[in-house]
Amino acid sequence: MSRSHTHAPYHHGGSVIHRMAPHLKIIAAFGFVVAVVITPREAWWAFGAYLAGVVAVSVAARLRPGFVVFRLAVILPFLVAAASLPFLEGPPTWHGFSIEGLWDLWNVAVKASLGAFASILLASTTEAPDVVRGLETLRLPRALTAIMGFMVRYLDVVGGELAAMRVAMRSRGYQPRWLGEVGALAKGIGSLFVRSFERGERVYRAMISRGYAGRMPLEETVHATTAMIAASFAVPFAAVCVALIAIGSA
Amino acid sequence: MSEPTIAVTGVGFAYPDGTVALRDVDLHIHPGERVALLGPNGAGKTSLVLHLNGITLPQTGSVQVSGIPVTAETVGEIRRRVGLVFQDPDDQLFMPTVRRDVAFGPLNLGLDHEAVAGRVAAALAAVEITELADRPPNHLSLGQRRRAAIAGVLAMEPEIMVLDEPTSNLDPATRRELAALLLRLHVTLLVVTHDLPFALEVCERAVIIDHGAIVADGPTRRLLADGVLMAAHRLELPYGMALSGE
Repeated sequence: MSRSHTHAPYHHGGSVIHRMAPHLKIIAAFGFVVAVVITPREAWWAFGAYLAGVVAVSVAARLRPGFVVFRLAVILPFLVAAASLPFLEGPPTWHGFSIEGLWDLWNVAVKASLGAFASILLASTTEAPDVVRGLETLRLPRALTAIMGFMVRYLDVVGGELAAMRVAMRSRGYQPRWLGEVGALAKGIGSLFVRSFERGERVYRAMISRGYAGRMPLEETVHATTAMIAASFAVPFAAVCVALIAIGSA
Repeated sequence: MSEPTIAVTGVGFAYPDGTVALRDVDLHIHPGERVALLGPNGAGKTSLVLHLNGITLPQTGSVQVSGIPVTAETVGEIRRRVGLVFQDPDDQLFMPTVRRDVAFGPLNLGLDHEAVAGRVAAALAAVEITELADRPPNHLSLGQRRRAAIAGVLAMEPEIMVLDEPTSNLDPATRRELAALLLRLHVTLLVVTHDLPFALEVCERAVIIDHGAIVADGPTRRLLADGVLMAAHRLELPYGMALSGE
C-alpha cells in the first residue's frame, strides 16, 4: 500500500529561513508570540509592525501568500467564537455593538492571527522531526521529546492503518452516512488503539534489542553560528522592542 | 571447530497460559554460517529468536553467545553481539530519520559522536542507502525501510544478525536485491523465513523447528528436497519448483 509522502505543514524550500537552526526558530517564534500577547490592544501601529515583520519573514522563506492564508484558516473557529463578544458584553455601545466587546474581538483576532502566522512560518520552514530536535537542543526533557518523536514517526503509520480499515469497510458494502460513519470510525479507532498498543510492545522490543536501557541516547546537537543567531533574533527582538514602546506609551 | 557464535542447549520455554513454545532445543551456529530457521506458523521460531538476545530468558537449559551465557546481567553485552531485524520495519525504525535511527544503537553503546557517525556511514553504505540518510522512514518504500532496519542492526557491529521473515510483503525484484545484499554482507546470519527459495538462495544450512522442537538440521537443499520431511512439517515449495537433494 502506498504511503503518504506529504508533511502537510512543511513547505519544501532551500531559503535562509529553512536553513536556520531549529532551536533558534523555536525561540524566535516564541519570543515573537510573547511580544504580540503583551502588546496593549489599543496599539494599532504595533500590530501593523508585527504584520510587516512576519510578512517579511514569509517573503524571505519564499512562501506563497495563498499558502499562508490557507493555513491561517485554522483559527477561524476561534474567530467565530470571538465574534459573539460584541453581542454579549454590556454598554457603552456603538451601533448596537458593545464597544468593550469590539475591542475584545479585535484583541483576540489580531493576536491569534499573528500568533498563528508565526507558528505557520515555523512549521512550514522546519520539518517536524527537526522541531523535535530543536526542542531537544533547548533541553526539554528527553522523555517528552521522545514521545513527540514517536508521535511524529507513527502518525503516518496509524493514519495509513485507519485509511486501510476504512477502505476495507467500504469494500464489504459499508455505505457511510455521517452518523453511521462516526459509529464505525469509533469502533475503528478502538481497534487501532489495540493495534497501536501491540505495536508499542514490538517497538519497545526493537529498542531494547539495540541497547535501550530506559534513557534515550543523547544525540549530537545542532550548533548555531553567531550570524544565524543574530538573523534569527532580529524579528523577535524588534517585536519585543515594539511591545515595550507600546506598553510605555499606553 | 571454532567456538559457536550461538549455542542453545536444552532450552525449554512455556508461556504463562501453559502453551509450550520450546522443548529441549539444541542449536549451534558457528561464525560465518548462514542458517535458515524454517517451520510452520506457531512452531516456536519467534520464541527461539527472542531467546537469542535475552528478550526472553530460558526457563530450562541455556543460551550462550560467543561463550557468554545469556542472563539478566549479561543482556547488554549480548544485545550488542546479537542483532535482531524484526519482521515489520515500522517496528524497528522508530526514530524520525534514517540516520538518527541507525545511530540509535551505537549511541546506546556509549560511543562518541564521531565514532557513531562513522558507523552510521558504513552501515548505510553497506546496504546502499546512503542517499536516504536524512529521509523520514515513512517516506521510504518497504524495501528501503527493510534495508534501513538492517543498517540499524549492522551499525551495532553484531557477531550474528537474526532476520525475522525478511522477505514478507516484498515484491520479487526487491526480494532478489535483498538476497544479493545478504550474500554480500560478511556476517553470521540466522534467517527465520517461510520463503523456502529465499532460504535456499541465501543459507547453506537449514534448521526445521516444529511444535517447539528442532526436527531437522542439515544442508538447505537436502532438507528442502526431502518431500516426506517437508510434508510432515507443513512446509511446501512453491508450485512448479522441484529440487534434487544433490
